[in-house]
Amino acid sequence: MSPAARTEAGREERVLEIIETARSKRPRFKDDRITMAHGAGGKATQTLIEGLLAPAFQSEALAELGDAGAVETNGARLAITTDSFVVKPIRFPGGSIGELAVNGTVNDLAVSGARPLALTCSLVLEEGLSADELRAEVEAMASAAEEAQVEIVSGDTKVVERGHCDSMYVCTTGLGRVDDRAALSTRAIEPGDRILVSGPVGAHGTAIMLARGELGLDAEISSDTRSLWPAADTLLEAAGSGLRAMRDATRGGIASALNELARASGVAMQVSEGAIPVLPEVAGAAELLGIDPAYVANEGVLVAFVAPGAADAALAALRSVAGFEEAAEIGEVRSEPPGMVLVDTAFGGRRVMDLLAGDPLPRIC
Amino acid sequence: MRFVDEFRDAELGRALAAQIHALAEPGRNYKVMEVCGGHTHSIYKYGIDDLLPDQVELVHGPGCPVCVIPMGRVDDGMAIAERPEVIFTCFGDMMRVPGSERNFLEAKAEGADIRMVYSPLDALRIAKSNPDREVVFFAIGFETTAPSTALTLKRAKAEGIENFSCMCSHVTIVPPLRALLDSPDLRLDGFIGPGHVSTIVGVRPFEFIPGDYGKPLVTSGFEPLDILQSIEMILSQLANGRCCVENQYKRVVPYEGNVPALRVMAEVFELRPHFEWRGLGFISQSALKLSAAYSDLDAELRFEVPGVRVADPKACQCGEVLKGVIKPWECKVFGTACTPEHAIGTCMVSPEGACAAYYNYGRFAREKELV
Repeated sequence: MSPAARTEAGREERVLEIIETARSKRPRFKDDRITMAHGAGGKATQTLIEGLLAPAFQSEALAELGDAGAVETNGARLAITTDSFVVKPIRFPGGSIGELAVNGTVNDLAVSGARPLALTCSLVLEEGLSADELRAEVEAMASAAEEAQVEIVSGDTKVVERGHCDSMYVCTTGLGRVDDRAALSTRAIEPGDRILVSGPVGAHGTAIMLARGELGLDAEISSDTRSLWPAADTLLEAAGSGLRAMRDATRGGIASALNELARASGVAMQVSEGAIPVLPEVAGAAELLGIDPAYVANEGVLVAFVAPGAADAALAALRSVAGFEEAAEIGEVRSEPPGMVLVDTAFGGRRVMDLLAGDPLPRIC
Repeated sequence: MRFVDEFRDAELGRALAAQIHALAEPGRNYKVMEVCGGHTHSIYKYGIDDLLPDQVELVHGPGCPVCVIPMGRVDDGMAIAERPEVIFTCFGDMMRVPGSERNFLEAKAEGADIRMVYSPLDALRIAKSNPDREVVFFAIGFETTAPSTALTLKRAKAEGIENFSCMCSHVTIVPPLRALLDSPDLRLDGFIGPGHVSTIVGVRPFEFIPGDYGKPLVTSGFEPLDILQSIEMILSQLANGRCCVENQYKRVVPYEGNVPALRVMAEVFELRPHFEWRGLGFISQSALKLSAAYSDLDAELRFEVPGVRVADPKACQCGEVLKGVIKPWECKVFGTACTPEHAIGTCMVSPEGACAAYYNYGRFAREKELV
């Protein structure tokens, strides 16, 4: 390398370092107003949570930025989580808002290693909503709860004037008991750990997108909404303390889940694009729409980080559970560069898989 | 996926890369510009530059239609969007383009009725179902998207839909290329020609690049093998002392282009005498406005717009990035004041912009070994 080329390489290096330092700082929330981007699960959402909420509430459990918070009482480890559902349209192929509201909260508990115990349900209903639609959603909640073996023990109802909400919003809070086998933390991931994904990605977001009928595109794609507890239970059994962390890959898809955990644990992740399972019809729709399935929301997919010695057994066990036959190992944890997710493309190149800055599609859950 | 995977075959990719390595003369550096933002996106998405020898550098050109819209133009659109009777419609990637005060996403949060559409026909549909509102479509894009805007305007006229109008910011590809080639500090050896635009305009309009400026151009498809093959064709021209326009994307691009599309564009649009490009300044006859026959559907005539020119931010060096004079990271504000979340310059705005692509994907492309 010539001296000039070396100086240039050094300068580029310095610029990149400045960017990395800026990125690793806690984001500050400086926006004047909330825009749709703050709800998209990407960088703006991260800024809202890490820049406004976490500093204001000053909770150690919250600072962990897990899918559920941990509370200890009399030796019992409990996990608590809450979620609001504003999906549009409220019914879509493969599911509906009621089913989503139960499974979404159950899944936040499951990936925290907690067996779901009880849910609360709060309904915000729009004046004029048809009773049949409401009844259908209540039944959907009841049957999803039965399937996930969790009781809905408390709730609330509010009605707002027509136009002040879109049909109905559902809020659920979930309480779970942290499983004795679980030693999970968003900060526990170590270099060498293997990255597993529990099934094909991108189905939920794609199904919603098509169900809105704005794209003039038709395909038989169903939401993947389902309880993840059977998968979590199996992974805990097969990997034990080798299971470091799990994440429910909802808004922002597996790309966001991987980025959040790479940041939390201060590790790098190397993902092999060709190993990520995607259903052919989802791949086709994503291709036409110019979006990457890795960034599309799921409602029944988790990513798990498993110690190298336990990974093969964990994957085999996961694949034997009904609904998770297509689970796959998609990559490996590295140490450098910390906080980054890198992808080896199927074509043989490499790129960064960053958090999204924009908003591919609002109100998917 | 059939008919797609064939163009992403890693083994063929390695074979093409080997041919490129063999063609590159030792000690010589090659700068090749991909004109179209779609190519930039593919290059990063597939990690194509990872497969190239270090001496072959890809320079990202001005072909991102979102990036080239200047702030004054966004402000004009904003003035229309903020009128209470207006439903303002635009493509999703326009939402984050900065105006002098705010972008459309922020204006929407402040109460303007701004809606994302996927096609101009969606905007027309909104007009039909909201007869008491004025529906404005903010039209952007090169010749690729101009025909669909033209057809929509024809239909609006034929159906007598009076509450629909269009703020036309369509641009044309040849004038900015000529402006780039005329610039004295340009350092380029060849061009990867814009495949999508060429499906409309054909290959002929690019003949002046080898003819007048002595640089080869290869019209290229968007799959990774297309792009690698185009680079191979450019290097092969340079190695053999040839210089001409070649069409790698023959399966889609006819030499004469799409004649019916060109005809409908000629009917609905006419050239603006001047148009300002973000980062490149004013370029003569480089953009389209509605022709006299369609002036009743011209939103700029129907509504009052400030029409004030807003200078590009001083610190921003997008112009130099576009000319290949500096790389994205060499810009004074790259990655610090100017990031994808808070973009200052055109190249950082859309994911297809050179700086955004580098920021998002490029930073570790050259670090072959992970620890």
